[in-house]
Amino acid sequence: MAVDQQLKIEMGKQGVFVTTLQELYNWGRRNSVWPMNFGLACCAIEMIATTMARYDIARFGAEVFRPSPRQADMMIISGTVTKKMAPQVVRLYNQMAEPKYVIAMGACAISGGPFKQGYNVLKGIDRYIPVDVHIPGCPPRPEALLQAFITLQKKIDAEALTGQERPRFLDPDAPGEFPVPEPAEHDLEPTANQDVWHAPVVIR
Amino acid sequence: MLQMASNPYFSLAVLFLAALCFGLTPLGLAWLWARVFAPPKPNTLKNAIYECGLESKGDAWVQFRSGYYLYAIIFLVFDVEAVFLLPFAVAFTGLGAAACVAMLVFVLLLVEGLAWAWVKGVLTWA
Repeated sequence: MAVDQQLKIEMGKQGVFVTTLQELYNWGRRNSVWPMNFGLACCAIEMIATTMARYDIARFGAEVFRPSPRQADMMIISGTVTKKMAPQVVRLYNQMAEPKYVIAMGACAISGGPFKQGYNVLKGIDRYIPVDVHIPGCPPRPEALLQAFITLQKKIDAEALTGQERPRFLDPDAPGEFPVPEPAEHDLEPTANQDVWHAPVVIR
Repeated sequence: MLQMASNPYFSLAVLFLAALCFGLTPLGLAWLWARVFAPPKPNTLKNAIYECGLESKGDAWVQFRSGYYLYAIIFLVFDVEAVFLLPFAVAFTGLGAAACVAMLVFVLLLVEGLAWAWVKGVLTWA
């Protein structure tokens, strides 16, 4: 941080506004996140409601839903990810341009939800792609999606452009490809991307 | 220079240059940004042609059987012709000879198609 936060506020009171390139860059990015036009199940209805006049995600700069992954910054996994759909979701995520963010919306997307014990539903999309914000709920209300989006904006705002703490997309050595799972005899193969997901340790 | 500035088209030229810069500068900046600062991470999945999530299968150059021309003829005779025959019948009493002849040519052309299909045996229920 080039300018001390207290000094910055003090200067702002005197009518002098200072900023850093990083702040300017993140401010621009967080206020123009283009989501992907992509719905999976009933959560998508809540996502659509969020974009419409009553909840109006345009207030936060995320109203430009793009039908092509090439033009999208954010993927909202809105609903149940079946094992048949998971390869397509991962492939679409791969085709999005960097930097890209994921909001896993609803119980199904974060863990499999009510279908967790079933045979055909993926137990959380974070097994294959890095998820930035998880929202619980079945389905989450539009306010919850807005809250998740604001959380994502805060995350984007805190991203450093240089140094060890910089995000994945600014690190040339970080992987850009997330392997697409293939349907096998009993389950998807592999069952999880080990670089992204680690089995939770149950403490009893 | 003074000579040039007194030219009545001088202001137009200046405005033209300004308009050109107004359009090209953002494009150039975007190009520069994409070249220098954007973090591309290309791979085969990302560079795939289709973006619907599914992998493309087979060849895009699909051939259709030429034998389908018979369906086209039958469609013209029984569907398109009826569309034109109805207004022709409604306006029949007020039509001149030229219009009747034109319509006759149209109908005869399609009747020829019907005869062709008949000879080909398309109309018999197999």
